[in-house]
Amino acid sequence: MANVNSLNVNGKKLPVDVDSQTPLLYVLRDHLNMTGTKYGCGEARCGACTVLVDGLPIRSCVTPVARVSGKQVTTIEGLEKDGKLNALQDAFLKADALQCGYCTSGMLMSATALLNKNPKPTRDEIVKHMDANVCRCGTYLRILNAIEMAAGTAKEVVE
Amino acid sequence: MNDLIDQLEAERYELFEGPAYRFNFNRRQFLKAFSGGIALIVPMSNLVAHTLQQEQGESGRNRSNERVPDDIGAWIHIDENGMVSAYTGKVEIGQNIRTSLAQAVADELHVPMTMVRLVMADTDLTPFDLGTFGSMSTPRMAPQLRKAAAAARETLIALAAEQWKVAPAEVRIVNARFVNHDASKSLTLAEVAKGRKLVKTIPPDVAITPVRDWTIAGTSVPKVDGRDFVSGKHQYTTDLKREGMLYGRIVRPSALEAKLVTSDTKAAEAMPGVVVVRDGDFIGVTAPDLQTAIRAEKAIAVHWQAPGQPGNDELFDYLRKNATASRGGGRPVGSIADGMAAADKKLAQTYTVAYIAHAPLEPRAAVAEWNGGKLTVWTGTQRPFGVRNELAEAFHIPEEKIRVITPDTGSGYGGKHTGECAIEAARLARASGKPVRLVWTREEEFNWAYFRPAGVIEVSTGVKNDGTVTAWEFHNYNSGGAGIQVKYDFPNQNIQFHNSKSPLRQGSYRGLAATANHFAREVHMDELAHAVNMDPVEFRLKNIKDDRLKAVLQAAASTFGWGKKTEGRGYGIACGFEKGSYIATAAEVSVDAKTGRVKIERVVESFECGAIVNELHLNNQVEGAIVQAIGGALFENIEFKNGQILNGKFSKYRLPRFSDVPKIEIVLLDRKDLPSAGAGETPIVGLAPAVGNAIFDATGVRVRSMPLGLINRGSTG
Repeated sequence: MANVNSLNVNGKKLPVDVDSQTPLLYVLRDHLNMTGTKYGCGEARCGACTVLVDGLPIRSCVTPVARVSGKQVTTIEGLEKDGKLNALQDAFLKADALQCGYCTSGMLMSATALLNKNPKPTRDEIVKHMDANVCRCGTYLRILNAIEMAAGTAKEVVE
Repeated sequence: MNDLIDQLEAERYELFEGPAYRFNFNRRQFLKAFSGGIALIVPMSNLVAHTLQQEQGESGRNRSNERVPDDIGAWIHIDENGMVSAYTGKVEIGQNIRTSLAQAVADELHVPMTMVRLVMADTDLTPFDLGTFGSMSTPRMAPQLRKAAAAARETLIALAAEQWKVAPAEVRIVNARFVNHDASKSLTLAEVAKGRKLVKTIPPDVAITPVRDWTIAGTSVPKVDGRDFVSGKHQYTTDLKREGMLYGRIVRPSALEAKLVTSDTKAAEAMPGVVVVRDGDFIGVTAPDLQTAIRAEKAIAVHWQAPGQPGNDELFDYLRKNATASRGGGRPVGSIADGMAAADKKLAQTYTVAYIAHAPLEPRAAVAEWNGGKLTVWTGTQRPFGVRNELAEAFHIPEEKIRVITPDTGSGYGGKHTGECAIEAARLARASGKPVRLVWTREEEFNWAYFRPAGVIEVSTGVKNDGTVTAWEFHNYNSGGAGIQVKYDFPNQNIQFHNSKSPLRQGSYRGLAATANHFAREVHMDELAHAVNMDPVEFRLKNIKDDRLKAVLQAAASTFGWGKKTEGRGYGIACGFEKGSYIATAAEVSVDAKTGRVKIERVVESFECGAIVNELHLNNQVEGAIVQAIGGALFENIEFKNGQILNGKFSKYRLPRFSDVPKIEIVLLDRKDLPSAGAGETPIVGLAPAVGNAIFDATGVRVRSMPLGLINRGSTG
């Protein structure tokens, strides 16, 4: 079993020393102390562990770290720029698009992938793209609103 | 009547023995924690007198014979920098009480939110609290913190007045500064608190600000610490790391009630860095990293023996067969026989609800650390003090030697009342001599936590042709007594809850049995309305005298446009009351003619919980409750056989998702003349019956079991 020795995360090349089959999720959380990415189900059914690999959303709980070797990984920790939240993060706060917040990282990463690919999605397109992410507190409509606010397509701006 | 129901709930949710003793955050501990500044303490007696009855209902602890202890229930501290800290044993699990309780304190002290910080759920720092459940934080904890803050304000004013040698009446707080009568002099909170070391107990009769004078409460203050959640910085229990920490895994039995026959741990013990812990039927491992711990767990060969146990297909017969005789759910009102004799039509029906899982997205987790005989455990729980007690019993050590800290947690919904994970982590940590983090897998959450109780409800009633309900007999088997009482004006009632033997481990859930009882009651009301050819709203109004219930029903009906119909759609409504708040829900559904799949198209819910504290977060709570209710209403259902959960993972257990969410409109009725009630639970109870009634309207098929699922399972009626 070959080990993976480095990982590109949020624009930085970081040294690691992990078995190549280790799920990316645990490399991020336990080895690199980037705990913003969450475990929810371990079988790619809730989206809490979503990160971007070369801009595309993947479920890090079922992705062996070897598969992202040499690629660019973006996590929730990479969204802030110079200590400032990005437009999507701001919109989540404005729309009160969270309760317990445990799904929020995954929601933000999935939404980031969508807006990268499709900057002005329709509501149906957002629902289709986000449907694999679970918010057990039930803030879905607020998340939709936040994504539309960030995309500039929101019909109603939340109170 | 309510006392009786509370006692029934207590028995229903008792998962384990109550404590033999209980240590409180007393004056001595408090003084140890208090270094300087000004502190105002609320005696426990203030809190307990109000809450004992209600809280014990869910905690399962019967303390009614205990002497009320003379210790601390909550306290507020103003440090020498003028920062205000409010200490409470409540936990934040997404319901935003970290925000709303701080609003109450800021409001009384006339200081901005930024000057108030809440210290929550740390058994070494915060006063004893039975737990965060039962929609109690807003109606009970907020007024206590307000009292402490009001007393703090008056104390500070007196100190400022003393400094200026004027009467206290001449001093006011304006924009977080103390000013004298003509505002020629001013002092900050810090200037008044500086160099003081003053502790006061609040007088029991301290006056708090009436709702009409609220300035910070009653406004939509954004979520405190919201920024940490959208940037991934917030540290849940699952994220905590301690120096030298190991990772734990537990070897789980093959089924519920299974006993260990043989185990072979040699292969696991041979792995570098692995420690295997065997204690009775408990087998766990620790390793320096999670992957090794998983490999070690899998390398352990175990043979379990499990008894035969009932499964889904026989569940409802089983619950009825094992039910106790009437448990005296309340003295009957009037006479059922007379009511039936006066009826023009009679109806008897049976309703059922399935076991469902809380499935909080953050699973149970704990980080445990032993240090010179003292145990510290970080864990996501709704009852940090209860978990401390469980740990004390499990390890035979006094509670003083245990500290439980609950970081703001990835939700609970009533599912995190117990401390199994904390005990397991502590057991592993003791054996390995290092801190251990244990995070339950999703499968462990489904298999080894507990469920919302399943139940069978039998209803038989009589009604006159003019719509007057003359007799109401209602028997709930197993699911619970919450929300079982009616707010309708029925002259003859016999309402009973019957304990039964549950094949699965069951416990609290958001709203408890109020969902099951509202489902049976409100579907039955719809059936009665049809039996006498009356409109369901008109029929309900005919039987309601309670103005608050009437108000929510009318608000929901009018916003929904009740009575307007579109071809191919069905419409249903339900209303109710629980935990001090009122609700009405109207739903529009479509049913696919070929597949029978039900889609909820539109929901209007009106909700009234007295004076609104934070409209933004209240809207969020109500909306979230409706969305969570979709799961229990349409598809959530634990399948099991012989002590095994058959669908205990997200790929098999259907949760509400983005595409399930209908158009939702919420109508909040703000009653500034009434005290604020909690809002975390009651908004969940109306959806299932409203949807069930809408399905009937659309298809003529009456479904009497939750989940309503595919409508071809129902019988026509």
